[in-house]
Amino acid sequence: MKKESLTRRLALMSMAALGSVAALGLASAPAAAEDVVLKVYTAIEEEQMPPYKEAFEAANPGIKIEWQRDSTGVVTARLLAEKENRQADVVWGLAASSLMVLDQEGMLESYKPVGFDQIKDDFKDRRTGWPTWVGMDAWASAICFNTAEAEKLGLPKPTSWKDLLDPVYQGHIVMPNPGSSGTGFLSVAAWLQMFGETGGWQFMDGLHANMNTYTHSGSKPCKAAGAGEYPIGISFSYPGVKLINDGAPLEVILPTEGIGWEMEATAIMKGTDKLEAAQKLADFAASAEANKLYNQSYQVLARKDVTPELPENYPANEADLLLSPNNFEWAAGNRQAILDEWQKRYGAKSEPKS
Amino acid sequence: MAVDAGGAYLRIDHVSKSFGAFQALKDISLEINSGEFVCFLGPSGCGKTTLLRAIAGLDIQTTGRIFQGGRDISALPPAKRDFGIVFQSYALFPNLSVAENVAYGLVSTNRPKAEIDARVAELVALVGLGGQEPKYPSQLSGGQQQRVALARALAMSPGLLLLDEPLSALDARVRQHLRGELKDLQRKLKVTTIMVTHDQEEALAIADRIVVMNQGVIEQVGTPLEVYRHPKTAFVADFVGQMNFLPVERVAADRVRFGAIEFTTSGADPAARPGVQSMLCVRPEDIQIRNVAAGQGNTLKVKIDHMEFLGSFCRAELIVDGGRHLKADFSINAMRDLALQPGQDLTIALPVDRLRLFQAESHV
Amino acid sequence: MSDAALAPAGPLAADIRPSGNQPPRIRPQAGAEDWVMRGAIALLGVYFIITLVLPLYTLLIKSVEDKDKNFIGVANFARYFADPALTQSLINTFTVSIIGTVITIFLAFLYAYALTRTCMAMRGILRAVALVPLLAPSLLPGLALIYLFGNQGIFKGLLMGHEIYGPIGIIIGEVFFAFPHALIILVTALSVADQRLYEAADSLRASPTRVFMTVTLPGCRYGLISAAMVVFTLIFTDFGVPKVIGGSYNVLATDVYRQVIGQFNFQMGAVVGLLLLFPAVISFTVDRLVQRKQVALLSARAVPYRPSPRPKTDRFFLIVACLIAGFLLLILGMAFLGSIITFWPYKLVPTLKWYDFTRLGTDGWGPYFNSLRMAAMVALIGTAIVFTGAYLTEKSRGAKGLRSALHLIAMVPLAVPGIVLGLAYIFFFNAPGNPLGLIYNTMTILVVNTICHFYTVCHLTAVTALKQVDAEFEAVSASLKVPLFRTFWRVTVPVCLPAILDISVYLFVNAMTTVSAVIFLYASDTKLMSINAINTDDAGNTASACAMGMVIVVTSAVLKGLHSLLVRRLHKRTQAWRQR
Repeated sequence: MKKESLTRRLALMSMAALGSVAALGLASAPAAAEDVVLKVYTAIEEEQMPPYKEAFEAANPGIKIEWQRDSTGVVTARLLAEKENRQADVVWGLAASSLMVLDQEGMLESYKPVGFDQIKDDFKDRRTGWPTWVGMDAWASAICFNTAEAEKLGLPKPTSWKDLLDPVYQGHIVMPNPGSSGTGFLSVAAWLQMFGETGGWQFMDGLHANMNTYTHSGSKPCKAAGAGEYPIGISFSYPGVKLINDGAPLEVILPTEGIGWEMEATAIMKGTDKLEAAQKLADFAASAEANKLYNQSYQVLARKDVTPELPENYPANEADLLLSPNNFEWAAGNRQAILDEWQKRYGAKSEPKS
Repeated sequence: MAVDAGGAYLRIDHVSKSFGAFQALKDISLEINSGEFVCFLGPSGCGKTTLLRAIAGLDIQTTGRIFQGGRDISALPPAKRDFGIVFQSYALFPNLSVAENVAYGLVSTNRPKAEIDARVAELVALVGLGGQEPKYPSQLSGGQQQRVALARALAMSPGLLLLDEPLSALDARVRQHLRGELKDLQRKLKVTTIMVTHDQEEALAIADRIVVMNQGVIEQVGTPLEVYRHPKTAFVADFVGQMNFLPVERVAADRVRFGAIEFTTSGADPAARPGVQSMLCVRPEDIQIRNVAAGQGNTLKVKIDHMEFLGSFCRAELIVDGGRHLKADFSINAMRDLALQPGQDLTIALPVDRLRLFQAESHV
Repeated sequence: MSDAALAPAGPLAADIRPSGNQPPRIRPQAGAEDWVMRGAIALLGVYFIITLVLPLYTLLIKSVEDKDKNFIGVANFARYFADPALTQSLINTFTVSIIGTVITIFLAFLYAYALTRTCMAMRGILRAVALVPLLAPSLLPGLALIYLFGNQGIFKGLLMGHEIYGPIGIIIGEVFFAFPHALIILVTALSVADQRLYEAADSLRASPTRVFMTVTLPGCRYGLISAAMVVFTLIFTDFGVPKVIGGSYNVLATDVYRQVIGQFNFQMGAVVGLLLLFPAVISFTVDRLVQRKQVALLSARAVPYRPSPRPKTDRFFLIVACLIAGFLLLILGMAFLGSIITFWPYKLVPTLKWYDFTRLGTDGWGPYFNSLRMAAMVALIGTAIVFTGAYLTEKSRGAKGLRSALHLIAMVPLAVPGIVLGLAYIFFFNAPGNPLGLIYNTMTILVVNTICHFYTVCHLTAVTALKQVDAEFEAVSASLKVPLFRTFWRVTVPVCLPAILDISVYLFVNAMTTVSAVIFLYASDTKLMSINAINTDDAGNTASACAMGMVIVVTSAVLKGLHSLLVRRLHKRTQAWRQR
């Protein structure tokens, strides 16, 4: 009888232990009742989230931000999947091209934030007087170049996109698959705009001959270059700068022909029941104060009246090389056709060369 | 334990059970009296366990009714019936001690603990396991485990005790011993008991009445002696005890012919017409070899093919003219007296009152 | 026996009515307990419908719709098969799945044979090491393989100029990932051998090779088939390994990801998801058929096989097993190394800074505690649901059709890739007007989803354990007028406790490592460590991703250790009755 009860007690004990941990999960701290809580979807880097939140909440007492962060693709997919039953109130910090997809689905509320006139033209939804999204800052394509590996392999440093067509680079270049990465797509869209439709595809045919592999994620080529996996990665500046600061023998090259770029933007979700608070956030996102915050990670800002300061090791001439005008509407409208063409040309034989 | 006017404690009334297209029980009717020990006997697949499970409510019959103590229990779930059950696997709770197993049903009756303890002690002593209370089933022998199962089944003083092949998993010696105890216990407690078994010897030894079943029907119901001595069907004759079968042709109401030899049979059957093929049955122990007079009827010349020594007696394989084999049991005395040897010629007699006759096609 | 004269007659055959019409059927009367059971079974049915059937239906219906929800039949499928790139990934998926399965089964068989049929040294340790991959999120082998065989890898030379990115990397990663699953099945299959067959073979002077071919292999062929099917399904549907190391070698699982995450094409995602489902369903059906045969083939009274020492053979298998175990540890060790090196490969100074997750942003160690909570809840609630559910399908009376239907549904999650299940959950639970939408964005949906995702293996474990429990316990307790739930709690649960603990540990460990199903479902305050590791890797911080993976491994290992301690104590305490 004794042994039996011991068995049971043992089992109960282990269940209780699991149970107490589980109970912790049920007891989460609720927000103060009187606060308006905005559900904000974002794709900004994690380290940027606390300062953004603190600054906004300090400026707007009574409104709290509840973040939902993920990579651009996941956030967009999720917003679309939730279309029938909207969860987000505001999107703050998502690729403008993604917001345009949402806009095509009629999911965005139009609102002209305070200080709209201070936003640069390229950073505005200029179709109507009532924009559905407003830009915040921009990131641009860049070549991450591993100097240590290049030296070992005897590779010259490329300075332009066309340099990359040199057979010497064969098998040493990686770039993101535009089908799965926004960064990949913005580069492709920029080449098509810069070199023209025919020239753009010709350029990519040549590039494809030198390409080692197409990655799923946009930052991966730069990351791989930083780790010496491949000497050259077509990506964007931010991860490269971070890697340099971490000690990677990396150089971030901005090709001389110009660079494709994409902006992070803000939008209010149509149907939000916290419209007033959402508009306050949209106002803040377009303010000079917020732009100064963006400047901690990005060099190109939406507002005319904020002079950007460069983060350490950030390439200095980024703003000058940005493709201008960058026709986002054209890119968004032709996205599927471009991807289909890309897939037809390079997708089928995307097996690695070994 | 109310008994209805008919006197039967358990009444099974035209019970049938089918599993899909297969009919496991075909229109079974049976009455069992209070305090009786009844065995369901038959080969595997004959429906005996199905009938027991129908009585317990574990697999309820398709049609027909069952009354226990005058109460119609036909459709009741097991928990609402009044029985204790012991399975071949014992189904003892392995994590509970002997005492806990026996007390299992008592505990949920909310009786005072002292009363439960006393009852458990009584039951454990009853099955002869005093002092084994703290042990777990796996620490007991098979026979002991079966006693625990029995004590547990009896704990709630059920009106009906159901035993599903309770002794089959035990070895021969323990089985014999336990079956004696089981019978004693049942007699002492006077609990109406049904035991399912495929072992005819066990059924003959233990039962007040035997229900012989085959292919979903009851072949015969009777005391062990009746069943053994007067099998109603060739199946019963064959299944219970040893039996010799001789194909014969009916020549008169009380006479049959086997080859050139004619035999007289008892109990003339008026329905039987001459010329009908029949089976003549005689048990090996009923074959007479001593004092066979020269002019006596029902005699047969045979040759001993071989003999099998079985302890207290000898079973001989006899060859009748025409190659037919017969089994005959001889006592050791007869063997010695007649100096029986394989190859020896012999005249045997088939006693008239021990012969049974069945329709030929009925025996397979 | 048709002769009426020979039927039992006299007083026993009471009143035979000469009736020509059919007697009435007996309708079994249900007791209160039967109703509780039926209610519980119905509840289980509803649970399955809500957590599995309806979400999957909601998603799969999208494969025959266009973006505006018009029914377009198989047009999406036609488009899929017209695209050479996508059909290429179908071929790719089969290629890596088949090669990966063959290698995994070969290695796992050698290892299982060494563990069960030889007297080699260190069997205990080697068995434990083999299960290590179960504790790691599937991202980890990918990262470790990059460190090992990438262009800067230590052993790059071993690849002889081939690239780790692509089929080679996927196959190595999947072998690591699937190995323990195959091993568990094969160890079980090889353990049930009958000593007498070997004695018979020996007495007939059969050569060892002949014995192996005629006794050993046929004896475990069902185990082999079953293991192969499980491994094939795992590799076919896995997303973590190809995502990290597949390069541009596309497989179906990454196609779903690309369709949904890159192009927001849910319809095409559903098409690919459905294709992912098909081979898994087929392999699952084969497995079921094989299992059914196996039950019939196992003889009741076999003498368990006990290996006798054969020094040469034992040594050979020790070397083989150590090599395989070494490979598994190498991958884990490399991931650990990656997490403590300042900057691979340029600054090889050890550091602990990658474990300081607060550096990365707001979350810090928060996701870790979320993971811990989620895993604990999954283990606790999941075990209760799975075991009770298995008990109901296995032991209750009546409603046979419904019960076998439930049993079948419980098999489905094994065939559903996590990413498909995750999307299905969004579409179902976040549909407007669904009252269950309440749980969207909460910890609850993660728990429900994870339980569903890992249901099958747990269900099978529970059913196996329950089948070993005497079938008549319920009948006995009914005859003793003891309520069924009391017998369930007092007898069935204690007897099955080892299996119950196994299930809860399995659920815990998998909940710690799961990514694919929950990546669409977590909210800001329910972010999980495994997802954080993926995001961290995506953000370029491979070392911290390794560190997070290692934290998960260590947590699961600690729990697994506690589990085996508990089991050992349990065995000691219950030794008195737990024999056989």
